[in-house]
Amino acid sequence: MTRRQRQRLLRGALYASAVLVVLALVAVADWELLRRNFLDVDIAAEMFPDVLLVAARNTILYTALAFTFGLALGLVLALMRLSSIAPYRWFATAYIEVFRGLPALLTIFLVGFGIPIAFQTRWPVLAQITLGLGIVAAAYMAETIRAGIEAVPRGQMEAARSLGMSRGRAMASIVIPQGFRIIVPPLTNELVLLIKDTSLLFVLGTTPATKELTKFGRDVLTSRANATPLIVVGAVYLLITIPLTQVVAVLERRNARSR
Amino acid sequence: MSAVPAIRVEGLQKSFGANHVLRGIDFRVDVGEVVCVIGPSGSGKSTLLRCVNRLEEADDGSILIEGEDIRDPDADVDLLRSRIGMVFQSFNLFPHLSVLRNLTIAQRRVRRRGRDGADRVARENLARVGLAEKADAYPAHLSGGQQQRVAIARALSMEPDMMLFDEPTSALDPELVGEVLAVMRDLARDGMTMMIVTHEMGFAREVADRVVFMDGGVVVEEGPPDRVLGDPAHERTRRFLQMVR
Ligand SMILES: Nc1ncnc2c1ncn2[C@@H]1O[C@H](COP(=O)(O)OP(=O)(O)OP(=O)(O)O)[C@@H](O)[C@H]1O
Ligand SMILES: [Mg+2]
Repeated sequence: MTRRQRQRLLRGALYASAVLVVLALVAVADWELLRRNFLDVDIAAEMFPDVLLVAARNTILYTALAFTFGLALGLVLALMRLSSIAPYRWFATAYIEVFRGLPALLTIFLVGFGIPIAFQTRWPVLAQITLGLGIVAAAYMAETIRAGIEAVPRGQMEAARSLGMSRGRAMASIVIPQGFRIIVPPLTNELVLLIKDTSLLFVLGTTPATKELTKFGRDVLTSRANATPLIVVGAVYLLITIPLTQVVAVLERRNARSR
Repeated sequence: MSAVPAIRVEGLQKSFGANHVLRGIDFRVDVGEVVCVIGPSGSGKSTLLRCVNRLEEADDGSILIEGEDIRDPDADVDLLRSRIGMVFQSFNLFPHLSVLRNLTIAQRRVRRRGRDGADRVARENLARVGLAEKADAYPAHLSGGQQQRVAIARALSMEPDMMLFDEPTSALDPELVGEVLAVMRDLARDGMTMMIVTHEMGFAREVADRVVFMDGGVVVEEGPPDRVLGDPAHERTRRFLQMVR
């Protein structure tokens, strides 16, 4: 028997045993019980249309707000890290280390409890959400953006300066646009992570109108003592995230063609 | 010829760490003059060129652009640079912008020209380098020779008083060198003030008003191309010319 044949045989045996295990599990599982607990059509139907019109809408809204805020703050932090002024660099480095090192849940908590104490007022829920999630997102995005800016060849800045552009103008018109093209894939990754992190926002307290997908699903789960809502909510998450990654794949391909 | 030189460098010193690259350079380009700078690799030619528009900070000495000291802390460096066109060995076109936008962006952002005015100047200069039909192409779709011609047109679109070239044909396949040199020859004939670092000895002999030979961070000799290239006074120049031939 040749080496090649032996490998093929081994792989065949592996597949066969994997299929057997799956079949055994399928045969042993109590399908009726699973169906009743995870795929109860009545409960699923009850969740519509609110799961889309309220919960999914909120998830998307919170993600968009936090992403925008995080991107803007992340860009500022990235530029500070690349600055020639040392205190800027120190501040940005400290910020990034702290908020990447803390659990996002803790940061959201801190914002939710810290702002009312610090300013003696309750901020609007949306502002708290934007800040709580955006502060964390900015820390991750700052490093991504910095890597993007650094990946732009130095000759680009030099060519722009040689045409009389100031450093800031050259950054804004020449370097940053190219840097962002480079980081579209990792930035999308962060967007997808952010979508999932909106599930942590329940710690800020919710009303029926401000629930996002996970909180919405969990509340139905509790009230109906049934896990179907998790399946429904999970499907909605995938409905949002999968097209997103596909759109980015298309953008990337188009980008690759233009350079 | 104007009394104030386009470029006047005196006592220029520059080190990178312990590497003393420029050791007291005196150098001049008059208005309308074409000066070719030659010399072995590492002799400091690029560093000199880059100090002239302050892409590199000199350590000591003076650099006067049309009489204005570009090293003066109060000098408007951006404004001075916009009057000095620069062409790089590696083209450095902006890959995310169309050819036309490559030529208009600095006109609009630095010169504050309107879109129509900037477009008109850009198209004129594209025609000048023989690429009028490439206005809407992206740099990645052009050959190296075409990219370098676009880079020259980009610099010209700022209507500079002088042009700096750092080995503009060194990154090109041999069959593309000619088209770039042809554009530079036209520029020289039109009276553009040019400082050209090059290894193209034939081009230097034909186009230069003066050739400057640098070695070890100093100007070893300079003079009319026929004399410096044909009958050099210094042994170092002679050895260099034998090597490149
Ligand atoms: N940014 C830099 N940092 C450190 N050293 C540098 C830098 N730029 C140039 N040098 C050094 O300065 C010296 C002169 O370099 P320069 O590029 O001016 O030479 P050159 O005459 O243009 O050579 P070539 O013909 O190879 O282009 C070299 O030893 C080089 O390693
Ligand atoms: Mg060089």
